[in-house]
Amino acid sequence: MPAVSKGDGMRGLAVFISDIRNCKSKEAEIKRINKELANIRSKFKGDKALDGYSKKKYVCKLLFIFLLGHDIDFGHMEAVNLLSSNKYTEKQIGYLFISVLVNSNSELIRLINNAIKNDLSSRNPTFMCLALHCIANVGSREMAEAFAGEIPRILVAGDTMDSVKQSAALCLLRLYRTSPDLVLMGEWTSRVVHLLNDQHMGVVTAAISLITCLSQKNPEEFKTCVSLAVSRLSRIVSSASTDLQDYTYYFVPAPWLSCKLLRLLQCYPPPEDGAVKGRLVECLETILNKAQEPPKSKKVQHSNAKNAILFEAIALIIHYDSEPNLLVRACNQLGQFLQHRETNLRYLALESMCTLASSEFSHEAVKTHIETVINALKTERDVSVRQRAADLLYAMCDRSNAKQIVAEMLSYLETADYSIREEMVLKVAILAEKYAVDYSWYVDTILNLIRIAGDYVSEEVWYRVIQIVINRDDVQGYAAKTVFEALQAPACHENMVKVGGYILGEFGNLIAGDPRSSPLVQFNLLHSKFHLCSVPTRALLLSAYIKFINLFPETKPTIQEVLRCDSQIRNSDVELQQRAVEYLKLSSIASTDVLATVLEEMPPFPERESSILAKLKKKKGPGAVSGNELEEGKREGGELNGAGERPGDSSAIGASNASTPSPSADLLGLRSAAPVSAAPPSAGSLLVDVFSEAGPAAPAAGANDDGFLRDLEPPTESSDSLLAEGPGDSDSAPPSVVSEDPAPPLPESDELLNKFVCKNNGVLFENQLLQIGVKSEYRQNLGRMYLFYGNKTSVQFVNFTTTVSCPGELQSQLNVQLKPVDPLVEGGAQVQQVINIECLTVFSDAPLLNIKFRYGGALQNLTLKLPVAINKFFQPTEMSSHDFFQRWKQLSQPQQEAQKIFKANHAMDTEVLKAKLLGLGTALLEKVDPNPDNFVCAGVIQTKAQQVGCLLRLEPNAQAQPGEQMYRLTLRSSKDTVAKRLCELLAEQF
Amino acid sequence: MQFMLLFSRQGKLRLQKWYVPLSDKEKKKITRELVQTVLARKPKMCSFLEWRDLKIVYKRYASLYFCCAIEDQDNELITLEIIHRYVELLDKYFGSVCELDIIFNFEKAYFILDEFLLGGEAQETSKKNVLKAIEQADLLQEVNYSLSLSLPHAVFMV
Repeated sequence: MPAVSKGDGMRGLAVFISDIRNCKSKEAEIKRINKELANIRSKFKGDKALDGYSKKKYVCKLLFIFLLGHDIDFGHMEAVNLLSSNKYTEKQIGYLFISVLVNSNSELIRLINNAIKNDLSSRNPTFMCLALHCIANVGSREMAEAFAGEIPRILVAGDTMDSVKQSAALCLLRLYRTSPDLVLMGEWTSRVVHLLNDQHMGVVTAAISLITCLSQKNPEEFKTCVSLAVSRLSRIVSSASTDLQDYTYYFVPAPWLSCKLLRLLQCYPPPEDGAVKGRLVECLETILNKAQEPPKSKKVQHSNAKNAILFEAIALIIHYDSEPNLLVRACNQLGQFLQHRETNLRYLALESMCTLASSEFSHEAVKTHIETVINALKTERDVSVRQRAADLLYAMCDRSNAKQIVAEMLSYLETADYSIREEMVLKVAILAEKYAVDYSWYVDTILNLIRIAGDYVSEEVWYRVIQIVINRDDVQGYAAKTVFEALQAPACHENMVKVGGYILGEFGNLIAGDPRSSPLVQFNLLHSKFHLCSVPTRALLLSAYIKFINLFPETKPTIQEVLRCDSQIRNSDVELQQRAVEYLKLSSIASTDVLATVLEEMPPFPERESSILAKLKKKKGPGAVSGNELEEGKREGGELNGAGERPGDSSAIGASNASTPSPSADLLGLRSAAPVSAAPPSAGSLLVDVFSEAGPAAPAAGANDDGFLRDLEPPTESSDSLLAEGPGDSDSAPPSVVSEDPAPPLPESDELLNKFVCKNNGVLFENQLLQIGVKSEYRQNLGRMYLFYGNKTSVQFVNFTTTVSCPGELQSQLNVQLKPVDPLVEGGAQVQQVINIECLTVFSDAPLLNIKFRYGGALQNLTLKLPVAINKFFQPTEMSSHDFFQRWKQLSQPQQEAQKIFKANHAMDTEVLKAKLLGLGTALLEKVDPNPDNFVCAGVIQTKAQQVGCLLRLEPNAQAQPGEQMYRLTLRSSKDTVAKRLCELLAEQF
Repeated sequence: MQFMLLFSRQGKLRLQKWYVPLSDKEKKKITRELVQTVLARKPKMCSFLEWRDLKIVYKRYASLYFCCAIEDQDNELITLEIIHRYVELLDKYFGSVCELDIIFNFEKAYFILDEFLLGGEAQETSKKNVLKAIEQADLLQEVNYSLSLSLPHAVFMV
């Protein structure tokens, strides 16, 4: 036991600690502790009043027991009593106990707060500090309520001691972090900011943490701190290493304060005042210069302190991202660190360079270090440093070096640590896709990935390669050949079998000409893997086999033989058995034509962003992949025709026309045109009608009309409808109403609505958290809308509810029924909701869609307008020129016409205009208007109550200079409000 | 800084300071996980590692590991020097500090830390000033204060 010379020895405590240390086993320790607890309990309960010293000693023992990891359920009262002792050490122990063991026993908190209040007003700086430390350590809301008003006063009072100011500043910071609403700086703001000028360096050091936190939340109020911070920094940077006495640390003047000042400046854009900015740039240059000077000490503390400031300065330079000269100097400095003997510096240099790589000014400078970074990836002995190197390679990758970087990452993967393999795989997959110039390289890369690290290749990755191959016919043959070769390996990864099965099933015919890869050879190769695979893969292979029967009739007997054998047709797995039975039957009874139709090649996937990026983000946790990167991914993703959803799904085979039409099969890929003629018209396919992009102008009558109408039965008459509410229930509350009122519609909701006047599908709304896609279809006076809510985060949304309301008279004009939606939306997942709409009579407003959910703890509440406008219920009407003008004349009363003359917002492209007018839902009448530049349209709006005929004329002055191009839009209709409403809607479209 | 842990090479926790509100259960889980992670690292490895969404900065002094969790924006190197300054303070106060000093005088270790760091931020970086504050407190130890405010306190005295 060491001699305790300082402070107040508590012999009993020391003995107890020794006893504990001498315990030979956990059991002995527990026994000794229980004995002690019993002893303390009896002392506390005893009749004899304990003196302060004993109380302190026992409280301290309890604390020690708690810190050993045992539960303590008494002694709190005794600790609170110590707070009011006038012996400093007793008070101190009392506060320590409270700080470590506070619980939210409200009775106790009141007593504690009382004691704190007394100490705060004691004007004894030592006691005041103790009380402030306790508040800062506990930081509970009750304490904020009690003291948030008082502490700012203590902080800025002229007669407060420096040490108390320091504690007060950080105490306030802690309270602000837990209860920002209770800490109101208001009148104190300016005096707090001026603490930056305080003579006492310790006060500045403490106050600046508070100011930084406040500035992050209220930058405008605190912006005067910028010039003060710059001048303070400038004084420190230019001071000699001995000027600041005890605030100099291993020859570095005030390193903590310097770092904090640089950190504070990162809350703001570069100073606008030229003089301030000049001074700051000078500081940054001095810091960079100092890095080149020989060290004043060999101690690692000297170099750490100096470099801490340097890295913070570089962070500021990157934050400003406006001084190319400084950025490049920063990059060069970090380049030197890349080969430093200190592992810590290499690690930080790699980390910091990652952010430099994203600046346009320094991206090229970072790229010059590629060889060093690759070398780091190969030779660093610490996995966390290698991880940084891989991150940096990923960040510096662009079209010029993608092949080299991807090759290096691939070869690193072979020996990479298991902990980072999955992330590496995702990164390689993203880079390969993002920078692929030729797709054979892309296919090679992904197949290599599967070969090297098959276990770490997530579904997203192999789905993606299939999507890309399906969407790009120039690579299909190559892909078929390559997977065929890859499957030759005696032991190949199951993911390879999946990709191989899928691709050969689709494109095996492209390599079947070569006798070495004849249909039967291909089949035998795939089937040789069958028995080694899991059920989902076997299911996929069975689908590939039936596709083979279609592609290569000569394989039919062999494959039927396989399907027919007991291990398939009587397989204990239901999915496999069903597939075997159905495929066998299909191949035996269907004619070649039917077979060819059902088993047609997969249509291209709609374009959408790579889901791999989302996966990487999820893996790295929020914030790890910047929003920027996702944005970029989206942009780049556009270059490829890939969709993010699952191609390997069981419904994928002939999903365009096979059974189980699932609207969710298409998820969010709505932005672009749907696949062209995805299915043959004859297939009686509901799904095609439902999802084809063609507007209401598409063939209205047809063999499948019945089915369509049945599916779209009016909600009010639904007998077997899935709708929860019965007819006439228009005033019943929507399900699961949340207590909070719906938010007012977003300011941009009208703008969002305008996007959907001439189209039915697309992205209705998108923010950081949520994307809402919409698909809709209309027939007569009925409509059905599918909303797709996509959770863009990696965190689940809970209590997800949606409601639709029809404000005012809309309630009697439109009947809108919402099907319930799952209240839980998993991170990265998407849920679908169906809305049935019936137009009772003409209307002008749009229904409001309110969405509420909890993300983290926060309630999200947003209201949008549903993209339903009166024109959706148009039925196109063809008519001759003569008829048109006759009707036009009939509708000549002033209230029947609405006219608008407006400037063209877009180029006057005839084809685009035509498409928009068709999208409106009317018939576009050719050769009706004597002026061929003009457009005329006709249609009938179908409502339950009436039909409203409408005529439209759009006159562009195409010959005018761009910028002066105008339209005159005229609408006539038998009902005045309709002409006016349509005119408003349309005027925003051209 | 979100928390600081001191633990021995055998994985015994010697000091824990939490600057964010967490349940006891969560604290124990974090401690267990971090002690294991840090102890598994080899001597020459770098002092920083990513852990959940935090950065861990640690350094070993003799048989003790000092381990801090900081946020993404925080500076790793300056945190290393926070650790070092704390070690210096302990060293100066105890006179070449060893693990036993911290075990037997754990309350002092907490008091010194509170003078140096408060709410996870540096309060006073001058070694002299911190030690002055602690020594002043030690001088006060058995001095009986006759405070004008001592009367109302009596309410809470048993």
